[in-house]
Amino acid sequence: MSAGVELDHVTVRFGHFTAVDDATLDIKGGEFFSFLGPSGCGKTTILRTVSGFLDPSAGRVRIGGQDMNGIGPNKRPTALIFQNLALFPLMTVSDNITYGLRVRGASKAERMKRAGELLDLIALPDQGNKLVSELSGGQKQRVAIARALAVQPKVLLLDEPLSALDLKLRQHMRNELRAIQQQVGITFIYITHDQGEALTMSDRIAVMSDGVIQQVSDGKTVYDHPDTPFVASFVGENNPFPGRVAQADSSFAVVDTAHGALRGRNPKGLKAGDKAILFVRPESFRLGEGAGDATISSETISSAFEGNATHVFLKGATKKEITVTVGRHGGAPIPVQGERAAIHYEPDMGIVLAEGKMARE
Amino acid sequence: MSSRFVVFLIPVVVIAIFWVMAKTEKKLAHDPTHKSFFERNGTVLGVSFILLVAFWALFLVVLPYLYMVVESFHPKLPPAKRGGPEDVLTIAQYKSFFINPVDDKLNTTHIWAFAFTILTSVLVTALNFAICYPLAYYMAQAGTAQKVRLIMLGLIVPYWVNEILRAFSLRLLLASKGLINQALMGMGFTEKPLDFLAMDVGLYVGLSYAYLLVMVFPLYNAIESLDKNQIEAARDLGAPWWKIHRDVVIPYAKPGIASGCTMVFMLAAGSLAAPQFLGGPSTLWFTSIVYDFFFQAFNWPRGAAYAFILLAACIAFVMLMLRLFKVSLGETIK
Repeated sequence: MSAGVELDHVTVRFGHFTAVDDATLDIKGGEFFSFLGPSGCGKTTILRTVSGFLDPSAGRVRIGGQDMNGIGPNKRPTALIFQNLALFPLMTVSDNITYGLRVRGASKAERMKRAGELLDLIALPDQGNKLVSELSGGQKQRVAIARALAVQPKVLLLDEPLSALDLKLRQHMRNELRAIQQQVGITFIYITHDQGEALTMSDRIAVMSDGVIQQVSDGKTVYDHPDTPFVASFVGENNPFPGRVAQADSSFAVVDTAHGALRGRNPKGLKAGDKAILFVRPESFRLGEGAGDATISSETISSAFEGNATHVFLKGATKKEITVTVGRHGGAPIPVQGERAAIHYEPDMGIVLAEGKMARE
Repeated sequence: MSSRFVVFLIPVVVIAIFWVMAKTEKKLAHDPTHKSFFERNGTVLGVSFILLVAFWALFLVVLPYLYMVVESFHPKLPPAKRGGPEDVLTIAQYKSFFINPVDDKLNTTHIWAFAFTILTSVLVTALNFAICYPLAYYMAQAGTAQKVRLIMLGLIVPYWVNEILRAFSLRLLLASKGLINQALMGMGFTEKPLDFLAMDVGLYVGLSYAYLLVMVFPLYNAIESLDKNQIEAARDLGAPWWKIHRDVVIPYAKPGIASGCTMVFMLAAGSLAAPQFLGGPSTLWFTSIVYDFFFQAFNWPRGAAYAFILLAACIAFVMLMLRLFKVSLGETIK
């Protein structure tokens, strides 16, 4: 059984610091929903507010339509998986998993049965009598998931649970988490600063910065149609070209940048004279000349061969270089250091957004 | 030679053992490049090390107690007769604790004082734990840094006051015309003043307060290292506060609890000042009896025997408790 989570103008303040500023969201039951943002953006605060460890300074949290105001974390239909997992070191794996049932007064037989089921679910059968310290990192991860699922929560909250694992294991656990979510069918709310995790696992993503939700969409939309310069620069690699809009219509805008006039989509309906930033992703560039208002020419600083692709770095107008990702079937030769190279893009692949705060490099 | 002086042979034996250990170390190392103790430190330094360690271990730690043990197995004799034919080894001093040598009857006074001392010490330990656990938990997990500093100060500063002053101030507070009785009578709770001192209230309060810090700090240290997320995880899984303490905090803090309880119990059972100043007129504390044997009756052998009975009983009791609560001795001194 799953339940949706509604944030209704939720604001959380610590003294004078506003950690979450007027967040309004509707997370559907059974959804895999991620909060993505850099550290300190307020995503963990939101999670703690949903789980009940924090009370919102203003606004309401509703789970399954029920107002959670005044309901403590031990009474909410949520279960939290901590960043450091917080497994109980003095208990066995089974005792860890069934702790939530034990405090609810479940009989020993009932607990044993449930522990067996959950150990099967997380593919650790017959490991129930081990101590937590005897498990590997990935196994501990799964025990933490089982412990949270044991209380049959309607919403599972995950606070960067994969951040302690190494890269290979992290990628493996992504698939596993997604599979478990589909199997149990409850709402997952996932906190991460890793865009790869958010993009691969989530049905929808909320990108956050400085306590403000910047955009809520599925991964593809967030990547291809960012709403703000922050989203454009935080999710995936992006090359910003700031300037002023020279001319604009409903679909395209031309921005006067340090690299000349460049064209891109104009989804926000900017007008001539507006301060704007044109974003073009590294993989959207092609080597060689293209249309006049979609071609940049600059000095090559370096290139880096990465196996499946080569990154070429061109001198930019600011300290930041222009990154171009060239696939293996590009055809044109990779420019050498010091050589002047021309690159172009399809104007459709550029996006013009009103000037705003970008993600820190 | 009198058995008393056999004790003084022990240093020679121990120094010889150290010497042999230092000499054989090289052979046992199974490593051709291993330098022996004397090669590493030089002869002068090596010899000094051995002598210093031996001196410290023997004269400051082992010998005084050993001498007392020997003393406790001797009869009480005037100095002139010591070492004479009457100075024989005997268990009479230990026996006198159980059977009164004066009338050959069961020594109920001393046995009762002994039981009372142990029992009261257990109660004081329990009381102390009940007071200190919430305090330590608050300081370690709940309180803000500023408040914790304030509490620490409030805990430590009163200990600058010397024990006598503290004890007599408490007496003043608890006396029949003291502040508490005046207040109780003033509010009409009682007609006659309550004799707190005769009820041993003063004893409990005095002893509990005297060893508060000894309990608070091991508890604080143990609880402080507990990951806050564990407490939150238990809460998130539905545990009410008391189950969080029962299942997560107390099992984790068990070594600290054992350490604090052991120390408070040992110190309370062996305390002298608080029971003497704050005990009721009919309260007979075991260490007071020991004190009297040493300094009133000048019966050192019997005093020593009594002191060792107390020590043995306390150690046995603590070991039993540690076994019962499944804590190893090593954990308590971490």
